[in-house]
Amino acid sequence: MPEAEWSKTLKKIQEQFGDRVIEMHAQLGQDTVVVSKAAIFELARFLRDDPDLKYNYLMDLTAVDHFTRKPRFEVVYHFLSLEYNARVRVKVPVGESDPEVESLTPLWKIANWLERETWDMFGIKFKNHPDLRRLLLYPEFQGHPLRKDYPVTKRQPLVGPKDPQA
Amino acid sequence: MEVDKGGGTEFGFFTSRLDKMIGWARKFSVFQYPFITACCGMEYMSVACAHYDIDRFGAGLPRFSPRQADVLFVVGTISQKIAPVLLTVYEQMCSPKWVVAFGVCTCTGGFYDDYATVRGIDHVLPVDIYIPGCPPRPETVLNGLIMLQEKIQNQKQEV
Repeated sequence: MPEAEWSKTLKKIQEQFGDRVIEMHAQLGQDTVVVSKAAIFELARFLRDDPDLKYNYLMDLTAVDHFTRKPRFEVVYHFLSLEYNARVRVKVPVGESDPEVESLTPLWKIANWLERETWDMFGIKFKNHPDLRRLLLYPEFQGHPLRKDYPVTKRQPLVGPKDPQA
Repeated sequence: MEVDKGGGTEFGFFTSRLDKMIGWARKFSVFQYPFITACCGMEYMSVACAHYDIDRFGAGLPRFSPRQADVLFVVGTISQKIAPVLLTVYEQMCSPKWVVAFGVCTCTGGFYDDYATVRGIDHVLPVDIYIPGCPPRPETVLNGLIMLQEKIQNQKQEV
């Protein structure tokens, strides 16, 4: 896509983070940026605080397991600018051997639970997260069920009754 | 007068009749504890309300404490996470007690062939009656209830 057709957001990101942007495109009006994992925290802060962008709402944070692709995982962020009614999608490729990205909890409180869910389901760790526990599943659960190599027929051991006083 | 010619002593004659009488009393005073977690609950409500009138079978009074209940109705999907709670509820009930698996999720796990669901509550508790269906029609539930009554009537009564 020619650079002239880029939105304000993409142009600004290219200006500030050009060297760390892996890919960017806009399809059907949806801006998408793929950045390296070293840049995500700064990029998120930039998107939130820049007076021309003001992406002040972290709508979603999740991951995708591409399994056969390398790097295997992609952490996906969706930001919404309530000020300009604009959305941007940011993707961060994450390898299987070191699935860890910077946590966004210092910027958005909601990142706390979204990152816990992503850890629960995909086993992706978040650096500097204050309390990285499973969110939906129980502590005794083994594995991360939304990974593509989690066996469909795998059964988890049943957990016995717990002492409510404990 | 009709006499039992089963060859038992007079005492045996008495106990077997007592057994029957207790069974008769128990089968018509089924106090249920509905453990409802999912959509089958709608069908359970339908059974419990006036149209199907479960009170005809003496099961019209659900108890909302397991300590006052005789029959545990497990209605709806049981996940791995709630299984320990279900077991705690079961353990709080006084003997004699029975368990009804209501709907296919509680019987076998149904179509939830996944990481979160218990594939049939008989992995957790002993089950007396299985009522299949997704969800079962009220008639099926009433049939299950009649089967349970038969079972209560014919079993050895603990006193």
